[in-house]
Amino acid sequence: MRDFSYLRASSVDEALSAASMPATMLLAGGTTLLDLAKCGVNAPERVVDITHLKGLDAIRVDAKGAFIGALAKMSRVAADPAILAEFPAVSEALWQAASAQIRNMATIGGNLLQRTRCAYFRDPASFPACNKRVPGSGCSAMEGVNRGHAVLGTSDACIATYPGDLAAALVAFDAVVHLGERKVPIDDFFLLPGTTPHKEHAMHPGEMITAITIPASAAARHSTYLKVRDRQSYEFAAASAAVGIEFEADHETIRDIRIGLGGVATKPWRARTVEDALRGKVLEPDTIKSASRLAVEGAIAHGGNHYKIELAPRVVERAILKSGALA
Amino acid sequence: MTNQTTINLEINGQAHTLVVEPRVTLLDALRDHLELTGTKKGCDQGQCGACTVHVDGERVLSCLTLAVQVEGRAVTTIEGLSDPGAELHPVQSAFLEHDAFQCGYCTPGQIMSAVSCIREGHAGSDDEIREYMSGNLCRCGAYPHIVEAVREAAKVMS
Repeated sequence: MRDFSYLRASSVDEALSAASMPATMLLAGGTTLLDLAKCGVNAPERVVDITHLKGLDAIRVDAKGAFIGALAKMSRVAADPAILAEFPAVSEALWQAASAQIRNMATIGGNLLQRTRCAYFRDPASFPACNKRVPGSGCSAMEGVNRGHAVLGTSDACIATYPGDLAAALVAFDAVVHLGERKVPIDDFFLLPGTTPHKEHAMHPGEMITAITIPASAAARHSTYLKVRDRQSYEFAAASAAVGIEFEADHETIRDIRIGLGGVATKPWRARTVEDALRGKVLEPDTIKSASRLAVEGAIAHGGNHYKIELAPRVVERAILKSGALA
Repeated sequence: MTNQTTINLEINGQAHTLVVEPRVTLLDALRDHLELTGTKKGCDQGQCGACTVHVDGERVLSCLTLAVQVEGRAVTTIEGLSDPGAELHPVQSAFLEHDAFQCGYCTPGQIMSAVSCIREGHAGSDDEIREYMSGNLCRCGAYPHIVEAVREAAKVMS
């Protein structure tokens, strides 16, 4: 890890002005920043510690929805009784992410900003070419070991998976990312790799996530997060789905359904075609099965990750059935 | 002289003043500067849990924490879990009694994590223990005995 200078910010303004300097990174939980610094991917000259800022870790839930400060720890949000009651998929996504230690360290803002990454990206010593690290240098994953890579939202430049669980739930329920006064819907916050995979989000230099909000909805209240992975815990999703359903008064016709996917795409993925196919329909197994297939429309595999095209619709299907039973 | 900074840390209830580069992790500060080698360096990348310590009473990974970040926070390591010469912490006793290790390298991290797992109320069943201890890997595969030890220690601590 290259040495850097360290500044402990005492106000948001101080953090923002320091972060506007070149080669400067904000440090919150540190679980991505320091990991990637050790790998030689991050080499900041200045690190600005924002963990001592006061008042940025609030968690509030009211009739309008949830407000979660950027510095709230994953473990606290996961355990918050009001979040669990109003947004169970958010709570489940959080406690199934990472490990208990990492959830005690990592913040909600930092969780969103964890890099969209793969093993080749993390290993510059062995694989100097990486379009995400060095734009235009190439990609070893396309023909390499790509079992964990994305099948949706990929480009010729990059097929790395956005690995976060939380954002899959947030994208389903139309969360909004607060960058101080500027507010960005989460689906617009994350960018597709296209020809610029090094640009992962819509933040401008010198901006900082201060909070996220999630509007209340009946679908969010009756939601669940299903994560399928190679080992039972402390593992990234092979495929995951956050699903929430609201029924009409007849308790079987779908009024509203929200579906976010994790582990299969280059950004947190909203499965709108599946939602459109199911809205107004009666929840029954054959309808769900055929609609769930739409989740992988346009998917492209690169060999090792072909199984995800089969797996993702099954995960969606199971999550819909589970969510339907809750509604 | 390179980029050095003076920091004041509270480790196991004792104040320490250190001069370190900002990039020095809490793990390296403990082991290399304070000779508190009970906290182990396994992967040094946040994947194994061997370096688990408590900061302000909560379990964290010292390999992904900068020493300078924990100024003003109370750090507890395996050395501070029970007083020297006093009785072992119930989790330490349970690990001995249930033979919850082979080589012992992951054990300090397992014990620090287990203390938190029980305090957090996540030791209610074997499945819950396995889930909430999943951030601590044991290459020897002592998991069945670790689960037993955590289960039994939870009874003593309740």
